[in-house]
Amino acid sequence: MHGDQERQKLFARRTVMLVGGKLVLVSMLAGRMYYLQVVKAEQYKMLADENRISLRLLAPPRGRIVDRFGIPLADNKQNYRVMLVSEDTRGLGVDGALDLLHAIVPMSTGERRRVLKEVKRNRSFVPVTLRENLEWEDVARIEVNAPDLPGVMIDEGQSRFYPYSQNLAHVLGYVSAVSEREKTGDRLLELPGFRTGKSGIEKIHDLSLRGSGGSSEVEVNAYGRVIRELNRREGLPGAEVRMTIDVGLQLAVADRLSKEVSASAIVLDVHTGDVLAMVSHPSFDPNDFNRGLGVDEWNTLINSPAAPLSNKAIAGRYSPGSCFKMLVALTALERGVISPTGKVYCEGHMELGDTKFHCWRKGGHGLVDVTSAISQSCDVYFYEVARRVGIDRIAEMAIRFGLGDATGLDLPGEKQGLVPTKAWKREARDQSWHQGETLLAGIGQGYVLTTPLQLAVMTARLVNGGFAVSPQLTKSVSTTGVHAVPEHHEFPQIGINARNLALVRDAMTQVVNTPQGTAHASAIQDPRYTMGGKTGTVQVRRITKAEREQGVVKNKDLPWEERDHALFVGFAPADNPRYAVAVVVEHGGGGSSVAAPIARDILLTAQRRQSARDIPISQTSGSQAALDLRGNEDSVRPVAGES
Amino acid sequence: MAVREDALNPPSFTLRQKLWQMHWMFILLLAATASVGFLMLYSAAGGNIDPWASRQMMRFGVGMVVLITVAVIDIRLWLKYAYVFYLATVALLVAVEFMGEVGKGAQRWLDLGYFGLQPSELMKIALVLALARYFHGTSIEDVRRIPLLFVPLLLIAAPAALVLRQPDLGTALMLIITGAVIFFAAGVRIWKFLMVGIIAVGAAPIAWGFLRDYQKQRVLTFLNPESDPLGSGYHIIQSKIAFGSGGLFGKGFLQGTQSHLNFLPEMQTDFIFTMLAEEFGLAGGLALLGLYVVILIYGLAISVRCRTQFGRLVGIGVTATFFLYVFINMAMVMGLVPVVGVPLPLISYGGTAMLTLLFGFGLLMGTWIHRDVMVGRRGLGDDV
Repeated sequence: MHGDQERQKLFARRTVMLVGGKLVLVSMLAGRMYYLQVVKAEQYKMLADENRISLRLLAPPRGRIVDRFGIPLADNKQNYRVMLVSEDTRGLGVDGALDLLHAIVPMSTGERRRVLKEVKRNRSFVPVTLRENLEWEDVARIEVNAPDLPGVMIDEGQSRFYPYSQNLAHVLGYVSAVSEREKTGDRLLELPGFRTGKSGIEKIHDLSLRGSGGSSEVEVNAYGRVIRELNRREGLPGAEVRMTIDVGLQLAVADRLSKEVSASAIVLDVHTGDVLAMVSHPSFDPNDFNRGLGVDEWNTLINSPAAPLSNKAIAGRYSPGSCFKMLVALTALERGVISPTGKVYCEGHMELGDTKFHCWRKGGHGLVDVTSAISQSCDVYFYEVARRVGIDRIAEMAIRFGLGDATGLDLPGEKQGLVPTKAWKREARDQSWHQGETLLAGIGQGYVLTTPLQLAVMTARLVNGGFAVSPQLTKSVSTTGVHAVPEHHEFPQIGINARNLALVRDAMTQVVNTPQGTAHASAIQDPRYTMGGKTGTVQVRRITKAEREQGVVKNKDLPWEERDHALFVGFAPADNPRYAVAVVVEHGGGGSSVAAPIARDILLTAQRRQSARDIPISQTSGSQAALDLRGNEDSVRPVAGES
Repeated sequence: MAVREDALNPPSFTLRQKLWQMHWMFILLLAATASVGFLMLYSAAGGNIDPWASRQMMRFGVGMVVLITVAVIDIRLWLKYAYVFYLATVALLVAVEFMGEVGKGAQRWLDLGYFGLQPSELMKIALVLALARYFHGTSIEDVRRIPLLFVPLLLIAAPAALVLRQPDLGTALMLIITGAVIFFAAGVRIWKFLMVGIIAVGAAPIAWGFLRDYQKQRVLTFLNPESDPLGSGYHIIQSKIAFGSGGLFGKGFLQGTQSHLNFLPEMQTDFIFTMLAEEFGLAGGLALLGLYVVILIYGLAISVRCRTQFGRLVGIGVTATFFLYVFINMAMVMGLVPVVGVPLPLISYGGTAMLTLLFGFGLLMGTWIHRDVMVGRRGLGDDV
């Protein structure tokens, strides 16, 4: 008994010690709770929210691009996709559902393998895309059979659509999937199916067209399944871009150029610089780029000698040929080197040192003054004038008319061209300038390089009263869909004597409207629509002395890529110019025989469309009229006749 | 002396007397704790009594019957059959080794047709009984002789080794610590514990070699859970997030986002305390901890009040087991110790742990009812 009492006492002592120990441990627990739930509570609350709240971006609809009258050029089209949610296939299983669907939308084994792989990779409630861009008929058939197709559903999305396909491809550009390089951290770009502008207007206004993404705050569980939506913030749809393009004229120009192998043309409003039409032929269908091109399709585009992907209207560089002569004449007139009536004798060639410089007309033009030199495109006159003025003064004038540098058009990919000077040659070639090169420059050959756009701008500046107009493609960008009338932009004066300008313009009118003029065959007979202009024929090969003696080989006897480029710059109406046009037909032959008729048709269409629009709105309403009158003469004439 | 002992030691209370003697306050506390469990299981099922809360209630009912049955059985009978019980349980552990069901990568279950038996849980009680019986028969002087400690050490080591082989690190640790507590309460000198402690620390690197890969992984993950946030560290990180985000007063009943959106793993079993802390905050967590402390103190008070060494040691052993459940589980879900898979007593969903505990509390209750009964060295029918 004594022993037991002692044991009991010892037990009691030890128990008290144990209680002490346990209380220490319990306070550790309580301390830990305090630490987690009070000290660190905010941090863990944030983490818990991060866990459960998932921010889903809502893609904004991409802004439309419309022409100057509001006709959509780039729009969004409903795009139907068929999706499969594997957990909803019930007893069928994924395979069963695919078998049933196969009867409606046939799938290749490769497609099926991809689908099965994706199904396996994703959680069972994640929809897997089976097929995109469904035809409406397929959509309808799937919807009708929906009760027998558990787990199969139709999803609606939007995809970019270009109703005028290849006719506006170079101007609008195209959109396609976001590339790795473009990713800036903007989560919008990470959205599957998101598209960004890759060229043209789509690229230059990409940020405005994109709009801003909305977001949907959803509560998700640990497996990522959405439980409910907590918050929703609508995004801002992309802004609408209104272009200066008149799609009716554009289609007419494209149609006219389509007869050639490779050509480009631009129509400018000479006062505002608005680009009314810009076509580079051949072209491509931007819708294909949105869909995604196959390797073969891509190779075909890339390897074609006519370079369908290149916008030759702004990126093609050509010697201006005789289209350059107005600037040489103006330089000489302004500098007083020649007088309006001063004459030069053309005997068909001019000698400088031991080199003979030939006129295009073998027998020569005889005595020519500045007006007849332009209208008949006499080369010898301009050799002589260029020799007297010197290359640097010509270059200075060319630059004032917009050559030698990008015009600043709001379109990516514009080339600069080249206006050579003595300093340029020293620097670029480390060679001194030869006088013979001045002579060549006098007729727009040699080093001078211009883009069709620059030629159109030059023409506009020549005929608009001497204003340094610059071209533009964007009229306005509006987030509301209501486009403000852009403020009238006053362009600075170039500072050329008005009499000299008038003289040159008059000479250009004579090119077309006098029997001796090089483009007389393309004259517009209707007195309301008369035009002026200048032909240009540019050699792309060297004509040897031997060949010249035996007779120059005709263009049609040469392989295509050795034929001359045919150029024409023109304006209309002749007495009060409104439109300027530049046409370049690559390896097309003569400027007067090939390019001038095209320019005539374009200018005629442009003016008739104008006349058609000038009739009261009650008779044809706004944009619809513009669409109806795609420059098709048959449809234009009666309307024009009424005005 | 004998006469007095007889007077104090009536051969048998009637069943009614025994029931009357029952510590009903203690039972009320157990029921209150279990009710917290029902509430949390109801929440874990997303506001449903099925599948967990209803079955847990039934188990608690069965457990209470077990508790009362165990409590009214004469304490001397438990003493007498302590070793038999112990040996039988060891035999079951061996059986598990050969034909156990594998659950979660460990052999722990013995399929007995209607229900699965987890002998390692039963072992916690059997070990307490066996050690209590051993030290009941030793004097203070005996306890101080090292050779006499070999047998009880073996009593601990054998089942601990078997459980470790399953492998169940948590239960093995609980067996060892419970054993140590009984050693301590029986009067083994404190310096011996210190020495064993030093040896254990020294031997830790060797023990590391015996751990299974997943056990090593648990320890490593415990030391740095962020190292593997999607793998084994995921559970503990999510548990801490759930815990911390509960704040002072919690997100409200049924409103725990971590638990209801499935970020929290095993919320109806091992991590149920996390869910409680998320929904009821620090206030709820401390309240439950308080409830456990009160049960603990009642348990220890009952032990101290007992007049036989056997009863005292059983009491201290059962409360130690109970405390270890509470401490390891809470420390585990709060990231204080590695995740070893120990349930929260009376609350976590699961039958075996509930039965084990109520069995243990039945013994504790038995020592209370029979607190003044003198017990001989070998139990019932034996002279003092």
